[in-house]
Amino acid sequence: MAKFELNDGDVVVVIGTGAGGGVLSNELAQKGVKVVALEAGGRYLPEDYVNDEWDSFGQLAWTDARTTSGDWRVSKDFSGLPAWIVKAVGGSTTHWAGASLRFQDHELRAKTEYGDVEGANLLDWPITLADLEPYYTKAEDKLGVTRTGGRPGLPGNNNYKVFEKGAKALGYKEVHTGRMAVNSTDYDDRAICQQTGFCFQGCKWGAKWSSAYTDIPRGEATGNMEVREKSHVARILHDDTGKVTGVEYFDPDGNLQMQKARVVCVAGNSFESPRMLLNSASSMFPDGLANSSGMVGKNYMRHMTGSVYALFDQPVKMWRGTTMAGIIQDESRHDPSRGFVGGYEMETLSLGLPFMAAFLNPGAWGRGFTTALDGYENMAGMWIVGEDMPQESNRVTLNMDVKDQHGLPVANVHFSDHPNDIAMREHAYQQGQAVYEAVGATRVMPTPPYPSTHNLGTNRMSAKAQDGVVNKWGQTHDIENLFVSDGSQFTTGASENPTLTIVALAIRQADRIADEIAKGNL
Amino acid sequence: MTKQTNRKTMTRRELLSRTAAVGTLVVFGGGIVAAPDGAWATEVTTISEHEMATLIQMARDIYPHDKVGDEYYVTAVKGYDSEGSITMVSEGVAALDAMAKAAGANSYIETKWEDNRVDLLKQIEDGGFFQAIRGGLVTGLYNQKDVWPIFGYEGESFSKGGYLHRGFDDINWL
Repeated sequence: MAKFELNDGDVVVVIGTGAGGGVLSNELAQKGVKVVALEAGGRYLPEDYVNDEWDSFGQLAWTDARTTSGDWRVSKDFSGLPAWIVKAVGGSTTHWAGASLRFQDHELRAKTEYGDVEGANLLDWPITLADLEPYYTKAEDKLGVTRTGGRPGLPGNNNYKVFEKGAKALGYKEVHTGRMAVNSTDYDDRAICQQTGFCFQGCKWGAKWSSAYTDIPRGEATGNMEVREKSHVARILHDDTGKVTGVEYFDPDGNLQMQKARVVCVAGNSFESPRMLLNSASSMFPDGLANSSGMVGKNYMRHMTGSVYALFDQPVKMWRGTTMAGIIQDESRHDPSRGFVGGYEMETLSLGLPFMAAFLNPGAWGRGFTTALDGYENMAGMWIVGEDMPQESNRVTLNMDVKDQHGLPVANVHFSDHPNDIAMREHAYQQGQAVYEAVGATRVMPTPPYPSTHNLGTNRMSAKAQDGVVNKWGQTHDIENLFVSDGSQFTTGASENPTLTIVALAIRQADRIADEIAKGNL
Repeated sequence: MTKQTNRKTMTRRELLSRTAAVGTLVVFGGGIVAAPDGAWATEVTTISEHEMATLIQMARDIYPHDKVGDEYYVTAVKGYDSEGSITMVSEGVAALDAMAKAAGANSYIETKWEDNRVDLLKQIEDGGFFQAIRGGLVTGLYNQKDVWPIFGYEGESFSKGGYLHRGFDDINWL
C-alpha cells in the first residue's frame, strides 16, 4: 500500500470511499494516477459485519450530529437522523441492497419530458443515456449485476414469491428477482449469495458488491492509492487564483492535518459533500466553494419512498433470503394520466423484528400497532421508490448553532414533499396494496418513508453554470480542479436506485480526470 | 426516595404466601414486584414497588402482546430503577394515578380494563414521561433476543449457512 507525503501536491485527493469515491479512487489508481482517499469512518470487512440490526447500526451508521426541518415525517420521528447511511471504508456500499438499474432515456430529460411542474426546479441532465450506456456496461460488469452481461437472475425467496404472484394477478409484466449486484453465481472472486438476509448490515459472504472489499483493496494493490481511515475533512483550501490546493482534515487522533492536492474530488454523500463546500467558505468564496450559482446544498432529493407491508393467514418468513431481490417495473414510466409525472419501482423488502418495531409506524402504540407485529411471521413487504421533484427549498445548509465533535457546523436537512411526490406515493400505496390483496392479504399497511438512503442532487450537474454546481464531467463550473463524484451531482433522481449510476459516473469521471492530467490540463 | 433493599432470595412459596395481588402484578414491601404465580420477581432499590409495577403495566399497555410474558416487559423497564430516573418516574406515576383516581379507580394499575388504562395513557401520550417510556420500549422490548422466537423471527442465520439450503423459498400455500 502506498504512503504519500502530506506536501505531495501531485496527488488527487478523493473524499469518501463509497460507490463514488471508492470506485473513482480505484479507477484512477489503475490508470497510474496517485490517489489519497480520505475516509471519515473506520474499516470493516465481511468478518466484522454483525447480523443484528441494532448492533450493526451502531457499528456502521453515520450517527454524527445532523439536524432536520421541513414537514417530512422523518424530521418528527427521527429528528437527528435524516439518513440511514454509513460511516466506514466503502461507505454506504456496505449497507445498500444491491439493486442496480439503469436510468431511462426520458428520465435524463425530465424538464423536456415533464414540462413545467409548478414548484419544481426540473432540469435536463447535460448528458444522455447514450453517453452513459458504455459506462453502465462497465459498471454492471464491475458489480456483477444479475440479468446483465449474461449473468443469471437470483432465485426468488418467500417474500418474492408472494410479491410475484400478486403482481402477475394484477397483470404486471416486468416482474422478476431484480438486477442485483448480488452474486447468483461465483463471480469476480466473490461468493454466491447464501440467502442469509441482512443485506443491509454488510454481506458476510461478500456476495453483494461493496467497494470495501473490491475496488478499495484492488486500488491499494496498485501502489498508487492510499486510504486514510478515520480522517474527517474540515475544509478544502484554495489559492488566490481560485484553484484548490489541498484539504484540511482531522486525523484519527483529532489533529488537524493538511494534504496537498492537484485535484480534489468530493464524494461524501449528498449531506456531507455540500457541507464540506459550504464549510470551505473564504473571503474569495464567501458563499462556499463552487457556489456562484447558489445551488450548493439545494435541490435535495431523497426519492419518493414508502413501504407496503401485508399480513396473511399463513407464514411467509420474509426475512429469509436476499433482502431486495424482487421488482415490479411496470409503473416506472412517465404517464401523466396517473396524476403525476415520472414513475416508480416496487421492490421487495424485509426488516427484522427490531427494525420493524422501529419503522413500521414510528410513534404508534397500542393494539393497532402490536397486532401487526404479532403477525410478523406472516408478513410480506415491499419498498416503493420513485422520482421525486427537485425543489430549491429542499436543501442542506450549515446549522451554525450545532457543531460536530470537531467543532464544525453540522448539516441541517430541510425537506418537504412536492404535491407530485404525494400523488405518486398515494398511487404506489394503492398498487402495492392491490398486489398483496390479490394474494389474499388479511391486512395491508402503507408504511411511511424511513430515514433517507438515497440522497441526491445537492451539487447538481447542469449545462449552464447558473443552473447547477458541476458540468457533465462532475467538474465544478467554478473551479476546474474541484470535482463532485457522488449522488449529489444528480440533476434529477429518476425512479431507479442510484448506486449503479453513481458507479457509472465515477468510472466515466476517472477517464476524464486521467485524460486531463495526461494532457497537462489538471 | 430510596427504598430499602431486600437481598434475601425468595422462594416461590414465600412469594406466594406474601401475595397481595394488584391488577396482574403483585406488589409488596421489601422492594419486590412479582408475578401472581411467582413465575418471576424483580427487586427495586431506587424507585418504589408501586412505581415499578406501574411501569411494567404501562409497558404492557403501550405494546400489548398477549403471547409475550411479563418477564420481558420487566426486563424492558428495569433500567428505570435508577437515580437518574427517580424524578421522571415518581412524577409521571403520580400524575397517572391522579388521573386514575379522577376516573374512579384507586390507581392506574388498579384500573381493571386495558381500554380504560389506555384512555389514561392517551391523556399523557404527548408528554415527556410517556414518550420516554414508549421510546425506550422500542429497543428495550423488541431487541431482546429471547423475545424474537415468540414472533417467529429467527435472527441471524450466517452461523447456520444462511437459508439457501434451509428454506428461503419454502412457502407452500400460494
